[in-house]
Amino acid sequence: MAQQAGDRKSRWLVSGPPLLYLIFFFALPTLIMVLASFRSPGEFGGLTPLVGEDGVLDLNLESYARFFAESVYAEIFLKSVVIALVTTLICLLLAYPLALVIARSAKRRRDLLLLLVILPFWSNFLIRVYAWMIILGPQAALARGVNWLLALAGAEPVSLLFSPFAVLVCLVYVHLPFMVLPLYANLEKHDQALLDAAQDLGANGWQRFWRVTFPLSLPGVYAGAALVFIPALGIFAIPDILGGPNDSLIGNLIKQQFLETRDWPFGSVLSIVLTVAALGLAGLAAWVGRAGGGSGEAARRA
Amino acid sequence: MALLEIRDVVRRFGDFVAVDHVSIDINAGEFFTLLGPSGCGKTTLLRMIAGFDLPDEGRILLNGEDLAGKPPEQRPVRTVFQSYALFPHMTVEGNVAFPLKMAHVPASEIPGKVAAALEDVRLSGFGKRLPNELSGGQKQRVAIARALVTHPPLLLLDEPLAALDAKLREEMQIELITLQKEVGITFVYVTHDQTEALALSHRIAVMNKGSVEQIDEPSRIYGFPRSRFVADFIGHCNVLSGRVLDNREGIVGIDMEGLGPVKVTTASGCRSGDQATIALRPEKIRIRKPDTPDGLDNHFGGSVQGMLYMGDVTVYMVHTDAGGKIETLLANSGSGRTRFFEIGDRVEVGWAADAGHFLES
Repeated sequence: MAQQAGDRKSRWLVSGPPLLYLIFFFALPTLIMVLASFRSPGEFGGLTPLVGEDGVLDLNLESYARFFAESVYAEIFLKSVVIALVTTLICLLLAYPLALVIARSAKRRRDLLLLLVILPFWSNFLIRVYAWMIILGPQAALARGVNWLLALAGAEPVSLLFSPFAVLVCLVYVHLPFMVLPLYANLEKHDQALLDAAQDLGANGWQRFWRVTFPLSLPGVYAGAALVFIPALGIFAIPDILGGPNDSLIGNLIKQQFLETRDWPFGSVLSIVLTVAALGLAGLAAWVGRAGGGSGEAARRA
Repeated sequence: MALLEIRDVVRRFGDFVAVDHVSIDINAGEFFTLLGPSGCGKTTLLRMIAGFDLPDEGRILLNGEDLAGKPPEQRPVRTVFQSYALFPHMTVEGNVAFPLKMAHVPASEIPGKVAAALEDVRLSGFGKRLPNELSGGQKQRVAIARALVTHPPLLLLDEPLAALDAKLREEMQIELITLQKEVGITFVYVTHDQTEALALSHRIAVMNKGSVEQIDEPSRIYGFPRSRFVADFIGHCNVLSGRVLDNREGIVGIDMEGLGPVKVTTASGCRSGDQATIALRPEKIRIRKPDTPDGLDNHFGGSVQGMLYMGDVTVYMVHTDAGGKIETLLANSGSGRTRFFEIGDRVEVGWAADAGHFLES
């Protein structure tokens, strides 16, 4: 019994601090945000008092009504989802071959390649985003080359910077490591004997990939997709810096509500919708993944 | 013509010669075993037959057709891997159906063939399970069913029972023999376990340091080992060396180191003065109390220096008076708790002249 009591005590000692941290810095702020979404904006920002001068609790659904009444918000929201999905897809297409090459390299080479994947994290996020201003800028070789080709084809010159293209390129660039690393962690564990067996049983290279390597890597694909999709959905710095006036995403809208328009309740509503949507899509992906990836298990249960 | 012809095959890894001019013919329907210690080249040879490795010299022919230039997926041979290598994301049925799908067998024929293969390995009813829901022995059988489902002419088995415990291994050995007889497919079996090789095979190739030391039936490998290596590797063996004294009508007298004059019958034409080495199995040697004549051709006095009680038999290490060491064993066939000799006991060991077998080297 003393042993059990000791176990319980050490369990609390270990799980207590992170639990407290999450309560104070995640659960409580979320509750405050939910509460704020039902309150009214103050005249100069902030919120009106919770209990009005007439002693009535001031809670209303006005901010929610506004979100669902004006289609522009839903459009920006949808655009954000599409951009995040496209970013995730491009990251997956770029990261998969890269992760596969790294996972199948010799040990020394593998460490070097992994280092190169992580290297961008060593410089500041904003600096890396500003660097793209130079790379995509009108004086840079890239834009000149593109416009030279367009001129040859008789087309009008375009600006690479301050465009949806610039936003997407940078979103992919920033999030690529978050796709490579979980994929690598998964692929690196694959047993070469399975590929040998598949080959021995008559599978060519393409069949070995689609029937063995890819299905076994799905947990890595889901992890990477979640790590890219969720932050890409809420990003505001990249459209701010590299996008044009019409390239605002939901993240920019939320930032605007809190810092410029100073409408906290509406900013809270947007944040809540964003969180619910991200959770919903992640849940959907997990459900689809379980139904599709574990087909054997599903078949057995049926 | 043999089904599989291995012709003078050499495989080098840097300076190391893994397979050194090996030639073997394997006949259709045979259960053929490559036996040897780890690093003897048996697995490299198997991988070259499967196509995962390529010979530096020599040729491998299946049904007279050179396999060179064919990747593993285009060779009709199948391998059962030591780790089973079952696809963890597919059911048992999915695993067994895999080679059929790769061979573009019509979808309507697949379930029947899968069911038949699972029946062959006595796993009917397990089709919907995932590999991680099976025991080691069941996984092994799925691996075999998967390899056999397309009826390949040749099945390669790479230490397939190594991961199983002793009891299950014995069961699987009996099943493998039955299965091989039923399906009539040629098995090439790789193992380092000599009892397994003796129990399973029609013929065995004993390999050492990349070369084949002897190819023979199990009883000849055991009874008539050609080299000292084979004699030592297969079972226990007393290897005695000495100088030939005389050769009279097939009975050779040899002055053995540590023993003295020993009589051996042989057809060999060795002459007085030659060096000779003979192999003598412990079970061919009698051990008894001193001065109890039994008419054996050779007998030497000594004392028991060590013993190993094995249950069915007891192994004795006897040091002869002239300084030699003889290993012998005695079946514990008497009633009750039988133990005949203690360490330090004076004994006599003896054997018939035809018990020994000359080694070539």
